[in-house]
Amino acid sequence: MLGAYLPILLLVVISICFGLGALVLSSFVGPKKPSKVKLQPYECGCEPVGSARERFSIKFYLIAMLFILFDIEAVFLYPWSILFKKLGMFGLAEMGVFIAILLVGYIYIWKKGALEWE
Amino acid sequence: METIAMPAINFAAIMPETILSVIAMALLLINVFVPSEQKAYLGYLSLIGIVVTFFTVIGGWGTPQEGFNGSVMQDNFALFFKGIFLVSAALSILISDQYMKREECNHGELYPLILLATCGMMLMASGTDLMTIFLGLELLSVSLYVLAGFQRDSLKSNEAGLKYFLLGAFSTGFLLYGMALIYGATGTTRIAAIASYVAQNSLAGSNLMLLIGMVLMAVGFSFKIAAAPFHMWTPDVYEGAPTPMTAFMSVGPKAAGFAAFVRVFVIALPTLRADWADLLWVLAVLTMTVGNITALYQKNIKRMLAYSSIAHAGYVLVGFVAGNAVGTAGIMFYMLSYAFMNIGAFAIIVLVGKKGEPNNNVEDYAGFGFKHPLLAVCMSIFLFSLAGIPPAAGFIGKFYLFSGAIQAGYIWLAIIGVLNSAASVYYYLRVMVFMYMKDPVEEFDWLKVSPAIALCLIIAVAGVLIPGIVPGYLLELAQKAVLL
Repeated sequence: MLGAYLPILLLVVISICFGLGALVLSSFVGPKKPSKVKLQPYECGCEPVGSARERFSIKFYLIAMLFILFDIEAVFLYPWSILFKKLGMFGLAEMGVFIAILLVGYIYIWKKGALEWE
Repeated sequence: METIAMPAINFAAIMPETILSVIAMALLLINVFVPSEQKAYLGYLSLIGIVVTFFTVIGGWGTPQEGFNGSVMQDNFALFFKGIFLVSAALSILISDQYMKREECNHGELYPLILLATCGMMLMASGTDLMTIFLGLELLSVSLYVLAGFQRDSLKSNEAGLKYFLLGAFSTGFLLYGMALIYGATGTTRIAAIASYVAQNSLAGSNLMLLIGMVLMAVGFSFKIAAAPFHMWTPDVYEGAPTPMTAFMSVGPKAAGFAAFVRVFVIALPTLRADWADLLWVLAVLTMTVGNITALYQKNIKRMLAYSSIAHAGYVLVGFVAGNAVGTAGIMFYMLSYAFMNIGAFAIIVLVGKKGEPNNNVEDYAGFGFKHPLLAVCMSIFLFSLAGIPPAAGFIGKFYLFSGAIQAGYIWLAIIGVLNSAASVYYYLRVMVFMYMKDPVEEFDWLKVSPAIALCLIIAVAGVLIPGIVPGYLLELAQKAVLL
């Protein structure tokens, strides 16, 4: 029974070897000419300002949370849309209920002002 | 093109849950569209919703409904517990209006959250699949975390919410791990199928995975019902949470925890009975003793009632260990009467407090009996019932729990229970000694009793006294609801 998992084990071993191999090989073979600009942390091409360890506004967390909620809604839509015809009217109705419940939450956070930045 | 066959749905099996969740969502929307001064009628609307749901629960009595491919089963057992949840939600809503206005945290989200928590409890009571029970538990817990921290300006309330969240999430991990191990051992999450798989393959006693899964589930449920040694969160959370929410938390979720606990262990793991009965025996003794002895030392009345609620979970566990019809009917009868007496006592605590001065110490009740004789009589009735003194309902409930244990042969357990109950009389009576036999430290202001709280007190007193004097009807209902 465990033999059925052998290809997965092989895949894991090969991917680890490939990743490690690329890192080790480039550290030996690649040229190293460090300069001040090259060693700077990458900040989307801008000049880095100050320390990265600052307190973030709570708004970021709120937005992140809301994003996850509605992202999961979208994730549920994909398998449903693939099986849309097979699920028939019942599937459509159930998805309607699901979206309606999320819509209530959406209207709530909108009216509460959770989506306004200022 | 073939269509996917849908499992048997049967919406009748989740009728009460559907009604409550639709009303909760409607209230959420009304709350954001109506200006903030007119929040009072959100409470009335949610009460109407609860009453409507209560009638569907009564209408469903006697006709078991199975639905959603056997993952939900609305039988008499579930319906009786749903009644308890609705009663506790309604009484808590009645006392929260005045409290929330006084403490200036009258946010409309309170009512949808209470209704959703009740909805989660109902799913826990009627779930016959470990996943359904878990979903119900999460819906309940997440709503309760928010309700515990509902007073956003109060440091204590924030602490209660955070503490409850962290410890609750941790215990949920235990429960889920237990469920996963049981699924691993049996290959199913349907509790009836678990029982038949365990019996067919005679896994009981030999399969370690099943045994560990059972113990972990017991830990998870014990946290929810606040049984020692998993009770550490209770006093802090009960003390910090807004008082009406403490009342709600100490009754509804505890009953829901017991409903799921009993259903899973009695239906899914009857073959392991010898193992879990021993485990619960120890838990029951520990819970009663730790709860009662610690309550003796409490100065703060909310903490005192928190420890007393731990002790009451211990008494109910006695009925669970007994496992016979008398003991199980005793669990249901006791949880219902506990709803009335405990929420009633918390209603008085709400009344005695003032904005910024919770007046939660036992000394604050000195002379209360002369200034407010009627309220003091109500408080005495609730305390007598909590102590288990006839003719209150608490006495009948305890009588049935302990006589169930004696019939099942757990004589020592019953003796320890009665001794504990006797010890508990001390701290309940101490409040009454302060109310009637001490002079007030400072002059009482005239207390304002809102009509809602007055109604709550009337219902609670009736709910304590009527089943205490004529227990026949309710006991008969509880016996018809037993899962055996």
